[in-house]
Amino acid sequence: MLNIKEGSTSHSAYNLRSTFSDVEERHTLAVIVENEPGVLARVIGLFSGRGYNIESLTVAEIDHTGHMSRITLVTSGTPQVIEQIKAQLGRIIPVHEVHDLTVEGPTVERELALFKVRGEGDARVEALRLADIFRANVVDSTLESFVFEITGTPDKIDAFAELMRPLGLTELARTGVAALSRGPEARI
Amino acid sequence: MTGQTQTPPTGGQMTGAKMVVQALRDQGVDTVFGYPGGAVLPIYDELFQQNDIRHVLVRHEQGAIHAAEGYARSTGKPGVAIVTSGPGATNAVTGLTDALLDSIPIVVLSGQVPTFMIGSDAFQEADTVGITRPCTKHNWLVKETDALGQTLHEAFHVATAGRPGPVLVDIPKDVQFATGQYGGKETRSTRYNPPVKGDAAAIAALAQAMETAKRPVFYTGGGVINSGPEASKLLRDLVAATGFPITSTLMGLGAYPASGEQWLGMLGMHGLYEANMAMHGCDLMICIGARFDDRITGRIDAFSPNSIRAHIDIDPSSLNKVIRTDIPIIGDVASVLGDLMEAWSARGRKTDREALSQWQARIGEWRAKDCLSFRNSETVIKPQYALQRLEALTKDRDRYITTEVGQHQMWAAQYLGFEAPNRWMTSGGLGTMGYGFPASIGVQMAHPGSLVINVAGEASWLMNMQEMGTAAQYRLPVKQFILNNERLGMVRQWQELLHGERYSQSWSEALPDFVKLAEAFGAKGIRCSDPAQLDDAIMEMLDYDGPVIFDCLVEKHENCFPMIPSGKAHNEMLMGEVSTAHAIEAGGAVLV
Repeated sequence: MLNIKEGSTSHSAYNLRSTFSDVEERHTLAVIVENEPGVLARVIGLFSGRGYNIESLTVAEIDHTGHMSRITLVTSGTPQVIEQIKAQLGRIIPVHEVHDLTVEGPTVERELALFKVRGEGDARVEALRLADIFRANVVDSTLESFVFEITGTPDKIDAFAELMRPLGLTELARTGVAALSRGPEARI
Repeated sequence: MTGQTQTPPTGGQMTGAKMVVQALRDQGVDTVFGYPGGAVLPIYDELFQQNDIRHVLVRHEQGAIHAAEGYARSTGKPGVAIVTSGPGATNAVTGLTDALLDSIPIVVLSGQVPTFMIGSDAFQEADTVGITRPCTKHNWLVKETDALGQTLHEAFHVATAGRPGPVLVDIPKDVQFATGQYGGKETRSTRYNPPVKGDAAAIAALAQAMETAKRPVFYTGGGVINSGPEASKLLRDLVAATGFPITSTLMGLGAYPASGEQWLGMLGMHGLYEANMAMHGCDLMICIGARFDDRITGRIDAFSPNSIRAHIDIDPSSLNKVIRTDIPIIGDVASVLGDLMEAWSARGRKTDREALSQWQARIGEWRAKDCLSFRNSETVIKPQYALQRLEALTKDRDRYITTEVGQHQMWAAQYLGFEAPNRWMTSGGLGTMGYGFPASIGVQMAHPGSLVINVAGEASWLMNMQEMGTAAQYRLPVKQFILNNERLGMVRQWQELLHGERYSQSWSEALPDFVKLAEAFGAKGIRCSDPAQLDDAIMEMLDYDGPVIFDCLVEKHENCFPMIPSGKAHNEMLMGEVSTAHAIEAGGAVLV
């Protein structure tokens, strides 16, 4: 999205919105890149330089012999902006493939999070009970704290965070989304 | 090409510095522009010991990049520049950005501190690949000599393939000294290969749209020139065969000849009335290698409201970026135009001749407005008149034009005619004042026997005036045609239209005596302020075999028209000596 103040758009030579849909959409992109120095900076620099949103970004090498990494990127914008993001990503030389998982079919999206919850008495018991309901694992424990590990969709993790907050949530780490298409076919 | 070029073993073990020179040779590079420094000394040592590649010593690294751009734009080959680490590389940033926005293929080699000192804030260290990442098409930091040759060849490929652009290879000094394996030109990885052939169905759809169009127009840009001479030829054939009118962006001038029957002139903010009105009124717009820049479109929501738009571009990100396209065609201009001609011919080469002649009549009415007319003077040289005379006295010569940025640039685009591609070098996208003079040096190096004129304003010209040293050293007969109004003319014009005639910092105080300045560098200086003597003075400039600074004292308050004010549409042009008060509304005032 271009950073234009409301109101200036209708008279602006930079108004890019009038002929396109104004509805913002959330898309998950899978970007396969050569794992060479600076490649992540190129991707992130594109988003900051052109004013696009990044809601979540995860990256790791998935092919150690071929030095290929997979970046899973959640972004939002109007359809025109999403198309532009994909085209601009495609221009980066070490980017091999850009897939819009949101339009290519059903996907599974998962995120992992670690929660540190500190408390005693009923709150501590309640935290443990809720963790069980959310299928979170206890990966560290003291007499006054737990560290929970939870995997799920970003919504599920948001919901768990809301419940843990009043029960003594002190620290939270999230990995960002990893996503794959459903079904037997490998799209990438 | 000398005998040395053919001496076989291009491969084998050699130092990184030798590899640089060998790779340049293998790429057919005959000229490099540069400036030595600590981190490129090994490369300069190798350059010293050979005669295949000429090195042009500029006076500032920005000049090296613009000179390489001028070389590239006028030859179609990639331009090459060598700069040292730290300040050498940061001085290259403006030129790299300029080349990125205008899609000019250049390869910049920068020195870097030794690999073991990177990150230590060493003397003349800068994060060159970090700084130049957003202003290059791609860049590399080479950490091993074994990888250097392959990277250099990959760099030339990336710079020239697909949509061209600048690349930079950062070479630490220890990599230049160390010995490694060099494998020749074939060692580059072959992955980056943007498709050049357009989609047949989309091309067929365009051919069909051409048959029924009642008010068609070709809108062409720098992509036609980047695609090569074949693209210009195919464009001319297509225009001649269809009889469709054609306009072009600033970057595309020369692809279709200015003397051509269907030529409407340049379009856009300072484009011709007939060109902009044709764009506004057309029912089929065929955009070829242009990118709907904001200087072209004016107000987006009023841009060409009733047209079907076809867009041919090699860069997928150009399509639907600003203006929604009905018929998008991704591919190289020459390839697509060849296929389009074939598809349209196979369908019987039909057009709606009756509608077309009505359309031409309409355009004739717009043309009759004579939007470039101006009130001439017998006492003071009008800048438009100066360019008219320059055109009249040079148009039949083997001529190349470069420009700086501002009013003079727009007047040059309006009043000079370009009959062939690669003859017009100007900073379009970035609008870099100081571009034209070093670019003229690059052009002259590539075309030693041709007439090279830099149409300049005095303020722009001063930004890279140090290159007089380069012009003098290499005896380059570049003609610096300075329209001197002692103002930053375009800034002054906007202040007049937009900021209540408060001329904040837009005059050129303490200007040098340009004649004496020329003489100080051993060049020729000419001053002219009398319209009656202008022709003789221009002839004197043309007849002099060497660099000339022509100080053409022109009307100080002339404004550049026609003009589409910011935030207005194509059919809302200002035509000149009219009241310009409130021409730009508050909404447009925030724009540049």
